[in-house]
Amino acid sequence: MSAYRDEDPRLHGIKTKIRVVPHFPKSGREVLTFLGLAGIMFQDITTLLLDPKAFKDTIDLFVERYKGKNISVVAGIEARGFIFGPPIALAIGAKFVPLRKPKKLPGKVISQEYILEYGRDCLEMHVGAVEAGERAIVVDDLIATGGTLCAAMDLLERVGAEVVECACVIELPELKGRERLNGKPLYVLVEYLEV
Amino acid sequence: MFSKHNAPKPQDPRLKAITEAIRVVPHFPKQGIMFQDITTLLLDHKVFKDTIDIFVDRYKDMGISIVAGVEARGFFFGPSIALAIGSKFVPLRKPRKLPGEVISEKYDLEYGSDCLEMHVGAVKHGDKAIVIDDLVATGGTLSAAITLLERGGAEVVECACIIGLSHFKD
Repeated sequence: MSAYRDEDPRLHGIKTKIRVVPHFPKSGREVLTFLGLAGIMFQDITTLLLDPKAFKDTIDLFVERYKGKNISVVAGIEARGFIFGPPIALAIGAKFVPLRKPKKLPGKVISQEYILEYGRDCLEMHVGAVEAGERAIVVDDLIATGGTLCAAMDLLERVGAEVVECACVIELPELKGRERLNGKPLYVLVEYLEV
Repeated sequence: MFSKHNAPKPQDPRLKAITEAIRVVPHFPKQGIMFQDITTLLLDHKVFKDTIDIFVDRYKDMGISIVAGVEARGFFFGPSIALAIGSKFVPLRKPRKLPGEVISEKYDLEYGSDCLEMHVGAVKHGDKAIVIDDLVATGGTLSAAITLLERGGAEVVECACIIGLSHFKD
């Protein structure tokens, strides 16, 4: 059901480039307070983007997995999914579909609400971006509780696409996000565990 | 300022398809604005690839060490350009999105103001940078982006956008 590459020599370089920032964010809905430390130790991928080799290796690992699998849609979740999704899409010959917070996409959209710890949020996708029968992957920088990825999959499935897999750079396995994916496979490069 | 409307190679055959792939959505986000929607360009693999290739061809031999992308639509284009030319990618974000130490630059909107942030330490003295966004209108956001990079010690070589709105030019 799940897979991650722990033998690939590139993974060590990728993992060491991810910066952990304590006590961020300080307030607001994003603080996963009931999940203890996970909301306080922020996984910052921007330091990975500052290392051209490690960033390229990250993209290459996803491209190697999805090339030649007839994936026609790479959907990326705003905003950090926009950093990894388009290079993957370009390399595997797929279209890139941004999944955005409300009122950002112009024209006709479909919306999917999802539950946060305190309140709700919403993800939107353009009507007509994806056709029935297309094979899609969903990309984000990190999976925590899986709520956002779930909403992303719902959007794609509502228009008749097949979600082949969710792909993230980082997983926080203690938050059990992969159990929330309705049996959909999850592929991640690195795990972050509270030691 | 490099835009498709005054591109150095006006005969590049790829430009016609790129222009046609951009969708205009009237009255978004408010009445009177003809919104230039580049998401339709992202749906056409060949046209999206051509867009990136044109920027890569232009910048790959200029010793660029930083590609800075303005949140959020600059993120669609910046990383692919950075990867192809071997540069770092630096996201320039709305307030409170970047963790850790940041520097901030305010800029004016039509009504009120907004703010752009960059990580301390992302840019070093001597870095040569380009700034990427999907579109330039008044240039306020790009101006803030340039200032952030210069405050970090970089030299901003050029700003690069898919679309330039000529009625804002001056």
